[in-house]
Amino acid sequence: MIARLVLNGRAREVEVRPNQTLLEMLRDTLGVFDVKEGCDEGVCGVCTVLLDGRPASSCLVLAAALRGRAVTTLRGIERDGGLHPLQEAFVRHGAVQCGFCTPGMLLTVLALLEHEPRPDRPAIRAALEGNLCRCTGYAKIVDAVEAYVRADGGRDG
Amino acid sequence: MHPFEYVAAETLEEVLGLLREHGDEAKVLAGGQSLVPMLNYRLARPGVVVDINGLPLGDISVDDGRLRLGALVRYHQLEESDVLARRCPVLGEAAGLIGNVRVRTLGTVGGSLAHADPAAELPAVMTALDAQIAVASASGRRTIAAREFFTGPLSTALAPDEIVTGVETPALPAYGWAVEEMSRRAGDFAVAAVVALVSVDRRGRVDDARVAFGGVADRPVHARAAEDALRGREPTTDSIARAAQAAREALEPPSDAFVSGAYRRLVAGVLCRRALARAVARALGRA
Repeated sequence: MIARLVLNGRAREVEVRPNQTLLEMLRDTLGVFDVKEGCDEGVCGVCTVLLDGRPASSCLVLAAALRGRAVTTLRGIERDGGLHPLQEAFVRHGAVQCGFCTPGMLLTVLALLEHEPRPDRPAIRAALEGNLCRCTGYAKIVDAVEAYVRADGGRDG
Repeated sequence: MHPFEYVAAETLEEVLGLLREHGDEAKVLAGGQSLVPMLNYRLARPGVVVDINGLPLGDISVDDGRLRLGALVRYHQLEESDVLARRCPVLGEAAGLIGNVRVRTLGTVGGSLAHADPAAELPAVMTALDAQIAVASASGRRTIAAREFFTGPLSTALAPDEIVTGVETPALPAYGWAVEEMSRRAGDFAVAAVVALVSVDRRGRVDDARVAFGGVADRPVHARAAEDALRGREPTTDSIARAAQAAREALEPPSDAFVSGAYRRLVAGVLCRRALARAVARALGRA
């Protein structure tokens, strides 16, 4: 059957199986590897995409059920082929170690900033509760987000 | 995932016809935050998945003190709705404790109720509010009191060919409210959760109290003992502690691999005291 979506700004129609998740479609059918596969039950956050601007676990969405919704992966936030300033903040603060959780972290933070441009540290931690990182201990990730917000990375600065 | 047939239903009648035709073989897909994990792990192997997301069941409305939530209202709507913040704020506080931000993007009110996890937040909230759950099948519609809807772990009074279409409840805007829960890790289902709603009269005495627990039995528990202990009393630290103790003593929570029943009961009592204290403070602020 046909899955309809707008992937990183481009309308797509993709032939999928009824039992194929959005995650499987992105990675196996379309080769979008910036979305990672982790737990397959919506707990770890590495498969995070933005669905109409809100974070969602792509492992828990059936591709056939997309109904033309906008799906954003990390590729969709790159600017002119370069890193997004939030990505640069992550690099600068040592918030990336193995990198497996990073795409989900970045997308979740950007979705938070859409609703709350000036989050404090507890709000950042709360928003990232559902994104697991086994390397950094989280402190550097929160540091990076704080620095990005301070540097007028928040939207109402 | 095992193979299945996927149908994106356009109307309620179509959904009900498919459920009548396929019975136990069919699974209803709403937010998918519980169903799709079960499909991924092959714990559920339906022949047909009926997607109801195209149905117009996503509205929140309040009139005459009655609050109506469509089955497809998402958790993030409960968190962000202005009308709920004014008229039934306990829903937003409870929704903010559900799962993680991704679960709250897609998970639905009807899905939480129909899935009936004994530790879930919304079944406990609806039990405290004494909500009525609207259900439909090809044979007709009926309502089931939330306090009778949950019949065991992941079990409800729904027939195989019925779906939840919405919830109706008194909004209780003059009540103070609080939801307290403890889980082992962020995003886990609660070891114990409690929902408290309290109203006070002009003299500052408790006019009405509503208390329900999640996570302490095979279904939500309506804590009548705590309510009776508070009604008509001045809500002091002592009377609140006594009400929480009455609630705790009525519980016989199960043990699991992580938490003993005795510890769960202890936690439930502490959370109940905290929730009642916060609800009382808010009720006095609103009176």
